[in-house]
Amino acid sequence: MKVQPIAAQLPESRPERPGGKKREYLVQARDVSVFYGDKPALHGVTLDIEQGKVTSLIGPSGCGKTTFLKCINRMNDLVENCRVEGRITVAGQDIYAPDVDVVALRAHIGMVFQRPNPFPKSIFENVAYGLRIHGMTRSKTELADRVEAALKRAALWEEVHDRLHEPGNGLSGGQQQRLCIARAIAIEPRIILMDEPASALDPIATARIEALIDELRGDYTIVIVTHSMQQAARVSQNTAFFHMGEIVEYGATKRLFTSPRDERTQNYITGRIG
Amino acid sequence: MTDTSGRTLDFTARPAALRRRHAAEARFRMAGRLAILLAFGFLVLMLGAIAHTGTGALKQTQIRLQVALPADAPASTDPAKADFGGLLKQALRARFPEVSGRKDKRRLYRLLSIGAEERLREAMLEAPAPGAQERVLTLWLPASDEVDLLVKHDQPGRLGEQEQRWVAQLRESGEIRVAFNRGFFLNGDSREPELAGIASALAGTAWTLAVCFALSFPIGILGAIYLEEFARKGRWSSFIEVNINNLAAVPSIVFGLLGLAVFLNLFGLPRSSPLVGGMVLALMTLPTIIIASRAALRAVPPAIREAALGIGATRVQTVFHHVVPLALPGMLTGTIVGMARALGETAPLLMIGMVAFIVDIPGSILEPATALPVQIFLWADSPERAFLEKTSAAIIVLITFLVFMNLIAILMRMKFRKRF
Repeated sequence: MKVQPIAAQLPESRPERPGGKKREYLVQARDVSVFYGDKPALHGVTLDIEQGKVTSLIGPSGCGKTTFLKCINRMNDLVENCRVEGRITVAGQDIYAPDVDVVALRAHIGMVFQRPNPFPKSIFENVAYGLRIHGMTRSKTELADRVEAALKRAALWEEVHDRLHEPGNGLSGGQQQRLCIARAIAIEPRIILMDEPASALDPIATARIEALIDELRGDYTIVIVTHSMQQAARVSQNTAFFHMGEIVEYGATKRLFTSPRDERTQNYITGRIG
Repeated sequence: MTDTSGRTLDFTARPAALRRRHAAEARFRMAGRLAILLAFGFLVLMLGAIAHTGTGALKQTQIRLQVALPADAPASTDPAKADFGGLLKQALRARFPEVSGRKDKRRLYRLLSIGAEERLREAMLEAPAPGAQERVLTLWLPASDEVDLLVKHDQPGRLGEQEQRWVAQLRESGEIRVAFNRGFFLNGDSREPELAGIASALAGTAWTLAVCFALSFPIGILGAIYLEEFARKGRWSSFIEVNINNLAAVPSIVFGLLGLAVFLNLFGLPRSSPLVGGMVLALMTLPTIIIASRAALRAVPPAIREAALGIGATRVQTVFHHVVPLALPGMLTGTIVGMARALGETAPLLMIGMVAFIVDIPGSILEPATALPVQIFLWADSPERAFLEKTSAAIIVLITFLVFMNLIAILMRMKFRKRF
């Protein structure tokens, strides 16, 4: 199933870039609306997310950016009375089609949450769990190798290699969050969704997470929700500004922060609203 | 003590309003301490009274008697033919040769318990094979309940002067001792207080609780997990929740009536059996377990569920790998609290006939049995004074059981507790 390029009709759905290079869009949202009961949280969001890039979703509290993020791996299914309308495709497949298995979907779309939430198990078990349930390793040594690889990729190996069997929640907040990233990337997802991954961390731990996000770019398509405009400017290539459940502006990060086209974007990034 | 603005700052002054606030606090503290002291005092009083009356049942008065076995005594291998009563009477007459007359003799015989015959039989079986010549066995035989009371508590009860004289005589010559009452833990119930024991009631309680646990634990835990983690929240689930909460408050005797009507009359299950008792108690325990388990599940942070679902675990994997292990201490505590309540329950068991006089120790869940609290009820209802201390002793055993179960609950909570 191939989604027809519809950028011509919906110019605002794609970040424009100078130069006519062909871009790959992994996630394509068309006219997505979300309701919690009768209360609408998102109206008609249309957005294409570029493959291998970091896309940040910014906006004031309650603007729907996290709601949109959770639509991409269908975490909203867990919320009672939540209804999603519109169409979201990932690699061309409609993820809300009736024959889609959420478990398979989530195995390909990792998620990192606002507060670090390692399992109350050992560091090793935290990373190994996903590999185990998806049956991705055949032997114990393979399992150990992949756990090590994931921890190295998440820049945590140096700090924990001598205490892999100690509890994961004995680590510091920043280390826990990197452990959660290691847990997510261990099962080789295509996309990683991050819901304000650094908001509970101090500036030094935040800097490490940001460096890690930059490091992971290219191999993974990353969508990050953030409150911090500086963070969005630092880590992302594309930025979408959400306001009152709508996308106000979407574009290359550099362009959006230097010459916003919408007045509301301008007001938000200069600190007048939000 | 003035600051730069000229206002006085005195932290030691206590204006009336502040004094009143402090006084209110002091009054509340006092009232709290008093309440705790009162509660503790009542507890000590209750336990003390029970322990004071009950410890007597752990001891038994015994009379030493020399029983002569005639040369032609029946073979000990065939005790059915032996006249143990006759041998004992003979021994008593030999000890008190001055007693004559039928009435007096009958009084004399009543010094010993009926259990003495049993003891003599055992002794004869233990003794080496009888030879042709006459033998004399020296035995400590259980005294009757009235002698027991006289010796232990100095209560003559229905004993006449003559009997009291005999007991005094035996005491002087060291032919009466007070020994540990093994029978209390090894015997079943008996009409004779000095022979009555709690073994049958204990076994009945153990079988009943085993059935109750086997039914209520898995059903309760799985029901709670389903309701909390899988069921759609809606009109039906709130209807079920309201009903479970109501069931937890239903008086236990109603469950007994239900057991009588359904398990006994409709299904025809055996009356007085631990099977039916356990089923009735399981019905009663289920709401407690479900409510406690749901609370424990609800206390598990949603972040753990999100984490598991987020890396593609199924619902069942999420629940059984991550949520249940964290909720288990709370679930076990709820279960044990429910079981402890079931342990002390009497009323529903009365309804299904577990109030029977059970001498034999039940060997399975289908045999007639009684339970500890019912045994206490039965003994408390008995006219013989000697049952008073038996009642208290049985209560001590019941409380020990309860303390033991709560201890297990605490240990389990400590073992399974995890930080999250």
